[in-house]
Amino acid sequence: MTESIAFYAIFFAAIFTNNILLTNYLGMCSFLAVSREVSTSVGLGSAVIFVMTTTSMLNWLAYEYILLPLGLVYLRYIVFIVIIAAFVQLVEMIIERISDKLYASLGIFLPLITVNCAILGVSLFMIIRDYSFVNSLFYGLGSGIGWTVAIIAMAGIRQKMKRSRVPRGLAGAGITLIIAGMMALAFMGFSGMIKIT
Amino acid sequence: MAPLPQLLLGIGAISAMTTVLAIIMVIADATIANYGDVQVKINDDKEVTVAGGRPLLASLMEEKIFIPSACGGRGSCGMCKVQVTSDVGDYLPTELPWISDEEKAQNIRLSCQLKLKTDMSIQIPEELFNVKEFLTEVSDITDLTYDIKQVTLKLIEPSEIEFPAGKYIQFQVPEYELSSESVYRAYSMSSQPSRKNEVELEIRLVPNGICTTYVFEHLKVGEQVTINGPYGDFRLSDTGARAVFIAGGSGMAPIKSMLYNMLEKGDNREALYFFGARAVRDLFLVDEMKELEKKLPNFKFIPALSEPVPEDNWKGETGLITDVLDRHITSGENTEAYLCGSPGMIDASVAVLTKNGIPEDKIYYDKFA
Repeated sequence: MTESIAFYAIFFAAIFTNNILLTNYLGMCSFLAVSREVSTSVGLGSAVIFVMTTTSMLNWLAYEYILLPLGLVYLRYIVFIVIIAAFVQLVEMIIERISDKLYASLGIFLPLITVNCAILGVSLFMIIRDYSFVNSLFYGLGSGIGWTVAIIAMAGIRQKMKRSRVPRGLAGAGITLIIAGMMALAFMGFSGMIKIT
Repeated sequence: MAPLPQLLLGIGAISAMTTVLAIIMVIADATIANYGDVQVKINDDKEVTVAGGRPLLASLMEEKIFIPSACGGRGSCGMCKVQVTSDVGDYLPTELPWISDEEKAQNIRLSCQLKLKTDMSIQIPEELFNVKEFLTEVSDITDLTYDIKQVTLKLIEPSEIEFPAGKYIQFQVPEYELSSESVYRAYSMSSQPSRKNEVELEIRLVPNGICTTYVFEHLKVGEQVTINGPYGDFRLSDTGARAVFIAGGSGMAPIKSMLYNMLEKGDNREALYFFGARAVRDLFLVDEMKELEKKLPNFKFIPALSEPVPEDNWKGETGLITDVLDRHITSGENTEAYLCGSPGMIDASVAVLTKNGIPEDKIYYDKFA
């Protein structure tokens, strides 16, 4: 079924119907921790988009040309994690070297997402779903954008919520999880529009 | 494939991959992330050379220059502020929550977040050069009142501390059930400078306070405690002018240090000490102060109670400390005032003192919240 789904279908599905954050609930910890301000969540979101897109390509290549031929598919978890970690480290170093501005807006978030499970999730899903290279690329890009859309929406709601009275027992992570649940329900409205598995 | 070669292949492949990645990282670390040696110019006169690429706070600490910091460089306390006088680029998002607009105008940065990439010049208070970290052992804990304890720490390494009376130290509270990370809290030293081998603190219980709860419920004689200091610019002037000391509660500490220092140096300036408390059960060290009155001919201790209870049988001054001050301080001529206590008490006292003729630049205080 590799070529049976168009890359744009995968792209839009990853943003709306199969949003990695709201349907798979992956990448929750940074989603909860860094969603207080819209500006910082934009920074984190762009870092996630970048890392998801690039690591899904790298991991696809590593899987297709190293793990599959050698019959080492069972090692994919550890290989993917190591590749993601090394790549993110490298990118952070480069960004810090070349541009203070870019480092301040994007680089500072990179260490936060090395261990973001959504990043690994994307790499594992693309293998399970047997995507081609191009499809994987768009799947990574779409998932990143979907994650960013969700965190920006959450940050917007939380900024507004500063002025509302939240019951004491729910303040903080409690109310944020409830809102995330409602957002997930809203995103369920998209389900069925595009089918990918 | 047979199980054994399969296993070896797996191990080999993983090892090869991680080795390649590790080599790439090492090369990157030595090239991309290598900023060489960096010069840090401190206060225009001192220059240190450190390896670049690390946060300013950590690099200075290696040079034995301690910037006060409570969280240890995680960017969660906002204390390690340093004025940077060379251009080091824009503020990082991790600094902004701690920096006010006035501080931005002076380019005050958070030294734990600011990485040393180029030569830098910074301004720090001169006194920080003398700040050291001390390993100490609790040698005594005494109840001064029902909610104030006197804690004496014997210095182990280094074994001596040099400071003018009135300074404070930072007490390191280790992780325990109220705090998941080790934190620092500041306390004035109540011991006088001649007691070089120990540090005495007066600690008042703050309900649910991280450090005070630790001291009241966990700290025992014989335990080791890490402190660093001395800090602060609260000190007795050498003008010989009449000194008016005003304190409440554990604000006694730096004043006590100053008074014993006066005694030892034979400083016989005229001195009045107003000590505010609620009732007799909040008074402490009264006997010591009476003793000092005998030894220092021009010193007078004036405790004042705001809410004495009938059982107290109180014959001394009553009323809020501000009312008592208003009655006693009628002229500000050749007078300096030294205050230590809560911000509310200090603000109210400063208002009375200026009204009664002590100019604001002759009023020194140590405010603690």
